[in-house]
Amino acid sequence: MNYSLTHLKELEAESIYVLREVAAQFERPALLFSGGKDSIVCFHLARKAFFPGNVPFPLVHVDTGHNFPETIEFRDNLVEKYGAKLIVGSVQKSIDEGKVVEETGYNASRNSLQTVTLLETIENGKFDCAMGGARRDEEKARAKERFFSHRDDFGQWDPKNQRPELWNIFNGRKHMGEHFRSFPISNWTEMDIWQYILHEKIEIPSIYFSHQRECFKRDGVWYAACDFMKRKPEEEVVEKTVRFRTIGDMTCTGAVESTASDLQQIIDEVASTRVTERGSRIDDKRSEAAMEDRKKQGYF
Amino acid sequence: METIDSKAYLDMDLLRFTTAGSVDDGKSTLIGRLLYDSKSIFEDQMEAIELASTGKGEEQVNLALLTDGLRAEREQGITIDVAYRYFATPKRKFIIADTPGHIQYTRNMVTGASTANLAIILVDARKGMVEQTCRHAFIASLLKIPHIVFCVNKMDLVDYRQEDYEKIKSDLEAFASKLEISDVRFIPISALNGDNVVDRSEKMPWYEGSTLLYTLENVHISSDHNHVDCRFPVQYVVRPQKDEYHDYRGYAGRIAGGVFKKGDQVMVLPSGFTSKIKSIDTLDGELDEAFAPMSVTITLEDEIDVSRGDMIVRENNSPQAEQNLDVMVCWLNPKSLVPNGKYALKHTSKDARCMVKEIKYKVDINTLHRIEDDKEIKMNDIARISLRTTSPLFFDRYDRNRITGSLIMIDEATNETVGACMVI
Repeated sequence: MNYSLTHLKELEAESIYVLREVAAQFERPALLFSGGKDSIVCFHLARKAFFPGNVPFPLVHVDTGHNFPETIEFRDNLVEKYGAKLIVGSVQKSIDEGKVVEETGYNASRNSLQTVTLLETIENGKFDCAMGGARRDEEKARAKERFFSHRDDFGQWDPKNQRPELWNIFNGRKHMGEHFRSFPISNWTEMDIWQYILHEKIEIPSIYFSHQRECFKRDGVWYAACDFMKRKPEEEVVEKTVRFRTIGDMTCTGAVESTASDLQQIIDEVASTRVTERGSRIDDKRSEAAMEDRKKQGYF
Repeated sequence: METIDSKAYLDMDLLRFTTAGSVDDGKSTLIGRLLYDSKSIFEDQMEAIELASTGKGEEQVNLALLTDGLRAEREQGITIDVAYRYFATPKRKFIIADTPGHIQYTRNMVTGASTANLAIILVDARKGMVEQTCRHAFIASLLKIPHIVFCVNKMDLVDYRQEDYEKIKSDLEAFASKLEISDVRFIPISALNGDNVVDRSEKMPWYEGSTLLYTLENVHISSDHNHVDCRFPVQYVVRPQKDEYHDYRGYAGRIAGGVFKKGDQVMVLPSGFTSKIKSIDTLDGELDEAFAPMSVTITLEDEIDVSRGDMIVRENNSPQAEQNLDVMVCWLNPKSLVPNGKYALKHTSKDARCMVKEIKYKVDINTLHRIEDDKEIKMNDIARISLRTTSPLFFDRYDRNRITGSLIMIDEATNETVGACMVI
């Protein structure tokens, strides 16, 4: 018998370990769930971690109101299928209550407004640890994250003063009012996620697969034509065969032209693409340190 | 379109390695080179760093900008925090913990080293072995990284001379012989030009060993885990509130050592009660056996009281169960260790408190000599101390098991992790 694990099995074991540590060390953890593939994989891992028990924490979705309808439908089906508990924080509500001001103009996005709603949802739910499906390979500021990431009582991240994280011993001790973010799939790459989804036969929203869609082009990126985005006069709507590599808001997630209609085709496409998945996310392109700045304020 | 063989992808194993070196030894450049030459850098990342390099008025594309993710790091041109990077070749998948060489950030090197199978230590060919090199090699050996590769970098700046390399190599060998390292290798490279990183260097025909990437792809790692001593720290008790699992009590955890089989006679610590393994459960079905580092759920034949912090072991092979233990500590905090001070402690899934009973000696990292007259333990110091814990810990020597032999000390006022301890 050869006592070695493949890398995906080792990553799975590590993530399950992290999820169980969170459940054991915190009183009210929650899993941030966007309906994107990474949070879907996190939920799948959570089912594994606590089997045959139920997942012992709720899913928290910060709804910008600008989601793809397919994502919301998928989320609701998943919650029903597995009897999960869902808590929705609404950015629209934060806008209506005057807590945030909607951006205007052609590139208006609710992406940065999410942070306020997220922190408020965490506070209202008295959650002491919010888990998320962020991966270190996604973005250079995320490459510096810990599995257990401390947030001060303003929900802020201090990247220069992080607690050292040694072996697999996670220090989740905190003072009143502080909370943690935890990232169980920190060590997975985009390719790992896709291979795992294929191998484990995990369901994902339809918009990851190739489909026909009304799109328009801005700054070289195809966007889904929708009511949430104001088009410039020269931005013409055309029907394209596209799919989405990541799922964020309709206003900040670009489509890629693709005919990949099953997981194996997506994997082949991911393997041959020379642009990162966040390359189609304009929220990261606002400045060189866009992600770091948002994370410091409490962005996921 | 290139097709990925998904079956082959599922068969790859995982190597975690750390990189260390002094400031300007070219760590980030080396990582950039590995990522670039193994085609793991994407066009938009390349464009972004090209733009940033020109913005800073640099002539060549600065590959270091790939890993220096924080604003302060890019501004100061140094690496502050551990950055994790990922790449894969058809043979293996790699996780790199890129750790800073800056002296006050040694705690990050310890962090990166704690989970690594292999350490790359960079040495500048012009400077040879310096204080930082000794420190890094010592930390790597202290943390029992099984494989250490010294890369003598910037060979281009010494005209690829063999004598320069051989001199540094023999200095390093002399120093390494004083440390407990099971596998040491040496490779002359130029990270900037790519010599002996992925491709064999044409400028150094005198070097007959493997390139760095070949070494990373082929080093034997499957015996890096302990598969002898059965250790299962209970992390979480699964009690489903479901009718079909009415009396189910599952002990969830990650195997820290050994092989557990269905039907095995086991003992639970600290109670000492014995039972048999009834099942090893996963969502994908029952398993006949499980080994480190798998995450599983174990059920026992008998109803005995087991909770988080307990450990399931084989009856005839127990860890030490003691309240007094000696450890090597690496101090991680600007606030010095308080003699006779009390700290919180975490060891596997167990929480306890401890008191520092005695500071035995500090280690001079350059000479490896013991310092017995100065016992103030400051940040980055490494020392041997004696602890007394509030309740018995179940541990093995760190060189026997990196999981059951390690623990962290926590300042109870600030909650910061202040000490990394290895049981001796």
